[in-house]
Amino acid sequence: MTTTPTLTQRLANPTRFMELSGALLPWLAAAAAALIAYAMYLVFAVAPPDYQQGETVKIMYIHVPAAWLAMMCFGLIAVSSFGLLVFRHPLADVSAKAAAPIGAAFTALALLTGSLWGKPMWGTYWVWDARLTSVLILFFLYLGLIALRSSIDDELLASKLTAILALVGVAILPVIKFSVEWWNTLHQPSTGFTSTVDPSMRTPLLLSALGFTLLFFAMHMKGMQNEILRRRVKSLTMAEVERAQHARAPQTRE
Amino acid sequence: MDLGPHAGFILASYGAVAAVVGGLIGWLVYDGRRQTKALADLEARGVRRRSEIRS
Repeated sequence: MTTTPTLTQRLANPTRFMELSGALLPWLAAAAAALIAYAMYLVFAVAPPDYQQGETVKIMYIHVPAAWLAMMCFGLIAVSSFGLLVFRHPLADVSAKAAAPIGAAFTALALLTGSLWGKPMWGTYWVWDARLTSVLILFFLYLGLIALRSSIDDELLASKLTAILALVGVAILPVIKFSVEWWNTLHQPSTGFTSTVDPSMRTPLLLSALGFTLLFFAMHMKGMQNEILRRRVKSLTMAEVERAQHARAPQTRE
Repeated sequence: MDLGPHAGFILASYGAVAAVVGGLIGWLVYDGRRQTKALADLEARGVRRRSEIRS
């Protein structure tokens, strides 16, 4: 009896993934570039200054997408880690490994742009309030994932340990999300995309968030391609070494 | 375009995003080329994946 493979099963084959992602990546990257370019045009040519923040509100158009991607990326790593530990999906670890440096970069950007907004608006680059501190912990979690993986030579063991760390660390996401409601923080609560923010400001924010999200997926896809190639190079190098050892073995016996 | 009294903070924010995202893209492209070349070198030496040998 033959069964039709599901989309996940079909994508589980790295060779199939390389073919599909190779075709999709240029379109994804182009769509991301076009959306970000249009969003930046709206930000700098159309969006008005905020009545309280003035032009400094322009930092929000990159800070909010960076913060959103910092959290979404860790969620993606946690889902991939679950896929590795429970379903042993061949691409799950590739996905988790490729996402970590990108997520770390966006978390660093969220912290940096937040600080650069905070100085003129709050009068300080940093306060140890619950939102800022929990995002800093998220950044350290990303660094922990990268450091843990690179400190273990056994790739299988490294993938399992980083997956466990990711699944434990994912508990930080609701803390970040609700920190502004659970505690009295200097960081303002989320205005949300469906709030009363004027469309002249909400539209560029939405487009910027969408554009950076597409860019993230394009970079993640490219990172996954690179990781698959790296694993192929590693396995071929090992095969070559093995072959050389076998070829040398009879001479050693003589 | 007048970015007001806090123009430095705005430009620094956008500059940081451009530098980090540009750096990430550059690293991904460079890494991809490096891996592709390493794989091509191995294949040129006659090393093949088992799946390719079977087919």
